[in-house]
Formats: sequence, structure tokens, C-alpha cells
Amino acid sequence: MARPHQAQVPFMLAQWRQMSSQERRDAKTGYLALSPWMVGFIIFYAFPIVATLYFSFTQWTLVDQPIWIGLDNYVRMFTRDPLFVSSLKATTLFVALSLPLKLVLGLMLALLLNLKIPGMNFFRTVFFIPAVISGVAVSLMWIWFLQPDTGVVNTLLSYVGVKGPYWFWDLNWALPSVAIMSIWKVGGAAIIYLAGLQNIPAHLYEAAEIDGAGKQRRFWRITLPLLTPTLFFQLIIELIDAFKIFTEAFVITKGGPLKATYFFLYYFYEEAFRNFNMGYASALALFLLAVIMGCTVFVYRTSGRWVFYEN
Amino acid sequence: MRTDGRTQTIQEQLQRSAARRRLGRIIGHAVVYALMIFLALLFMLPIFWMASTSLKMPREIFAWPPDWIPSAPQWGNYAEAFGKYPLARYMLNSAFLVVANIIGGLVSVPVIAYGFARFEFPFKHALFLLMLSTMMVPGHIKLIPMFWLYSRLDMIDTYWPLILPAFFGNPFFIFLMTQYIRTIPHDLDDAARIDGAGAWDILYRIIIPLCRPALTVVVVFTFVWVWNDFLEPIIFLRDWDSYPISVGLAFFQGRYSVEWHLFMGATLVSILPILVVYFFAQKHLIGGLASIGIKG
Repeated sequence: MARPHQAQVPFMLAQWRQMSSQERRDAKTGYLALSPWMVGFIIFYAFPIVATLYFSFTQWTLVDQPIWIGLDNYVRMFTRDPLFVSSLKATTLFVALSLPLKLVLGLMLALLLNLKIPGMNFFRTVFFIPAVISGVAVSLMWIWFLQPDTGVVNTLLSYVGVKGPYWFWDLNWALPSVAIMSIWKVGGAAIIYLAGLQNIPAHLYEAAEIDGAGKQRRFWRITLPLLTPTLFFQLIIELIDAFKIFTEAFVITKGGPLKATYFFLYYFYEEAFRNFNMGYASALALFLLAVIMGCTVFVYRTSGRWVFYEN
Repeated sequence: MRTDGRTQTIQEQLQRSAARRRLGRIIGHAVVYALMIFLALLFMLPIFWMASTSLKMPREIFAWPPDWIPSAPQWGNYAEAFGKYPLARYMLNSAFLVVANIIGGLVSVPVIAYGFARFEFPFKHALFLLMLSTMMVPGHIKLIPMFWLYSRLDMIDTYWPLILPAFFGNPFFIFLMTQYIRTIPHDLDDAARIDGAGAWDILYRIIIPLCRPALTVVVVFTFVWVWNDFLEPIIFLRDWDSYPISVGLAFFQGRYSVEWHLFMGATLVSILPILVVYFFAQKHLIGGLASIGIKG
């Protein structure tokens, strides 16, 4: 490790000396321009990540000094913490429910919005509205929307003779309800797909039409392959987002009923900022980071097989 | 004679098929419109229901079957909501945070992006990649150390934790801005340099005035993100009076007696600024989002 480092310093110096005075002045201005970001990187990224790693090996309640306890937090997490298991289960279930639905429905919506029909801009505006509203406002709206007795959904269901469930207040329905609510924001995904769709060169479709390819064939052979980079990007973004589900559970269910919607980040929040078990919470935070990164790397690794790049 | 008849039939056929195609297109459009209108109504239903409830009398709220449109709209509900809850206070707090974050972004982002876009220096590419990779870091990982740091600096329960980061450049904005500055021709810089302008003159006199679309994206996104932010304010703020609207609203249920017609009015009021910004800056919001999708 030491050798390349030692070799690098003189190399940098040599490189610096070889630069003309104009180049050196440019480099100095460049570094000066970047300096706010570099300071910010150290304070807001490098320091917290390293510090979280350190705290995760300690027992610490913020007011006292952190006590080094080695791997105890991790041992506790993996062997004797039922809340860790249940919150991980709830979060995974939420991701498994909401992510595929959001990806597929988002694509379908984008295909509709991409039709060349007058007035489509109006519809784009409408479908994107839920995506700009805050999680808190959405949550309050949906508590009321899904009221078991007088809510809109159960009223409509009663017109066709179905007795609607208790939604957020039912042990089995609470988590699906949060997933359904998150799908309401599908317009955000659709807008990104739409940009991807509009980037597909029209001449490909024209050529395919001349060759007699029907609509379905054009979708499977041109649209979908050329959209895979966008799909890939969207999959990663939505994945990270879904694992961070918190606000909705905080506002609507408080993690209930019976911890059915006690998601991982909620558990982290309560451990850290209600119980002030900062050491254990740091281990939880790192675990979630590892899960998110693991999934991202997995998607990235397998992307070579299904993501199509033109060049 | 024979050829004539043949051309006629071909023409007829062509006309007939054109008419059929036109009819097909009209039916196709009608089907699509019907579907779109149905979906749009479905999507707007929660918002419609919120608006409808906010104008009802208390006794109408739990009526069965529910009234879709209140018989006599109670506009006074809004005045009552503003009187009962510190709504105005919360929204002003949010507005302050939005303005401070926008200033932070406008001060820092163009300078940093200018460094990446216009100057050559060792490790530039590596630093740019590092900057991009920070976009993927989930925010929760920073909370505990930052909470410790801010308590050491006596900044808990102040707005500093919610404002300071903006002054060090958000990576998404830096990326967007760098790409944008790269599209501005170098000739303009060169001409100014020959006239004796320094690097910072060029940034403030030439580059920034040409970056208005990218700066608008910074302003609009900052507005939406800060207005909607929830997790950081609940951690770094303690005092009820200092809450931004998102947090204030979240605690209505526990703090006040449950009055859904007023809650729904307050919720509607809380999203109005976002809706206004959205309608006016739609192009920039969608364009900004689309550019991450394409380049990401």
C-alpha cells in the first residue's frame, strides 16, 4: 500500500511542475471553485459515514461517552431482536409489493401519455400532480380517502355490494394499503419513462412499419429494448426509495396495527431519536445501507444481461 | 374502357380504406380519451374528496351516504382552520427555509459547476465521479453523526441543520449545472478573456446570465424538496412553533381534536404553494427529472 502512494506524490509534483503557469493558474481556480463542495463532502458525507461505522461498535446514549462493545450490536441484531426481523420483513414485503407494480404501471401510463393526441399535455399535468405533493399531505388525504365507514373507496365498493376492508386499520390490509397509496405517485416514474420513450428515434419505428412489423412486435422489439436503460435507472431509484419508506407509516399507522407497518427506517428512527440507543441505531442504519447497496450492485451486475445500450 | 373501370375501382378502394382508416383513428382517439379521462378522474379522486370535505359542515362529514359535493359550501372553514391551527406560522417557517435553501443553492452550485465544466486540473474526473456517487448515499446514514455534531455546535432546534448543507452544493444540482455549462460555447469565455476579464468576471458576467434554465431547475426543485421535507425537520427541530408545514401538519391528528373538515382544509392549503409552483414551472420540473433519467 505504501509504495504506490509514495510514488504518487512525486508524480503529482512532477505533473504540477510540468504545467505552464497558465495551466497552474487554471488548476488553482478550478480547485478554488470546487472548494465548497469538497468541504461539504467531508462534513456531510465522509465524516458521517465513518462516524456511523464507529458508533455501530459502541453503546452510546448521546449524553455519555460511547463505550466500545465490538460486534455486540450486530450479534444482537442478527440473533435476538424480533423487531429487527419483523421490521425487515415488513419493509421487504412493501418493496416486493410496490416496486414491480410501480414499474409496470408507470410504463403503461407512460405509453398512454406518449400517444400523439391533442390535449395530452393536460393529462401529463394531471398524472404528475400526486408526485409533487408531500408525503404528509398525501398520508392525511389517504387516511380520509380510505376511511372504513365513510371513505370514498368503501362507499363506491358498497354501491356494487362489496364490503370494503378496514384498510390502514386492518392487520392484513395495512401494508397493502400503504403500497396502494405509494402507487398513486406513479406519475413521477411515468414522466421519466416518457422522456426515455421520446428519445427513441422515430426512424426505427418507420423502418419496422415498412418491414410489416405490427404494433405488438414494435413494442417488444424496439420500444422495450431501447427503454431498458431508463428502466434500469428507474429500478434503482425506486428500489432505494421503497426501502426508505417512513413518513407514511409515521403519519398514518404509527407502525401498527401490531407492527404490520413498522418499517425498517421507522425502527431506526425510534431507536435513535426516541430511545437514544445511538450505537444500536447506527448498526441498524449501516445494515439498511448495506441492503440498499447490495440490491443496487446486484441490479447493476445483472444489468449486462438485460439492459441494451446502443453503442 | 377496361383500364378505366379498373382505375375507378382502385380509387374507390383507396377512398374506402382511407375513410375506414379515418373512422378507425376517430374510434381509437375516442377510446384513448375515454380511458385517459377515466384514469384522470380516478387519480384526482383523493384530491377531490379532500376539497369536498374541506367545505362541508361538521354534521355532513360522517353522513351516509356521503355527499359528493357539499350542499352549502362552508368557505368559513378555511378561516376557522387558520384561526385554530398555527397554519400561517408553519407556512411562513417553510417559506423561510425554502428561501434560505434557494439562496444557498444559487450561491454555491454555479461556482462548483463552473469549476468542473471549465477548468482542467489533476483528479478532476475522479472528483466528479465521487460527487456523482454521493447522490446514491441514502440520507438516513448521516442522521446520527450530524445530530451529534449539531448538538455539539448548539444548533439543535435552530434552522442551521436544515439550511447549511445547501451552501455546500447539492450533487444533483452540481451535475445538472455542469452539464449545462458545458453546452455554452467557449468562444464567449475566450472573447471576454482577451478583453481582460478574469475567471470570476466570466462566471458572473457571462456564464450565469446564460444559465437561467438550469438555475430555474435549482429553484423549483429546492422549493419542492424543502417544502415537502419531513425526516430532517422532525429530528433537528424540537419547538412546535419552529416546525415547517409538513411536520406541523403531521402532528395535527395527535394535537388537536379530530375535525376532518378542518384537517382537509389545512392539508389543501399546505399543498397550494407546491401546486402553484408546479403549474408555473412544469416544464422545468419535468425537464429536470427527465434529464436525470436520460443521463443517469
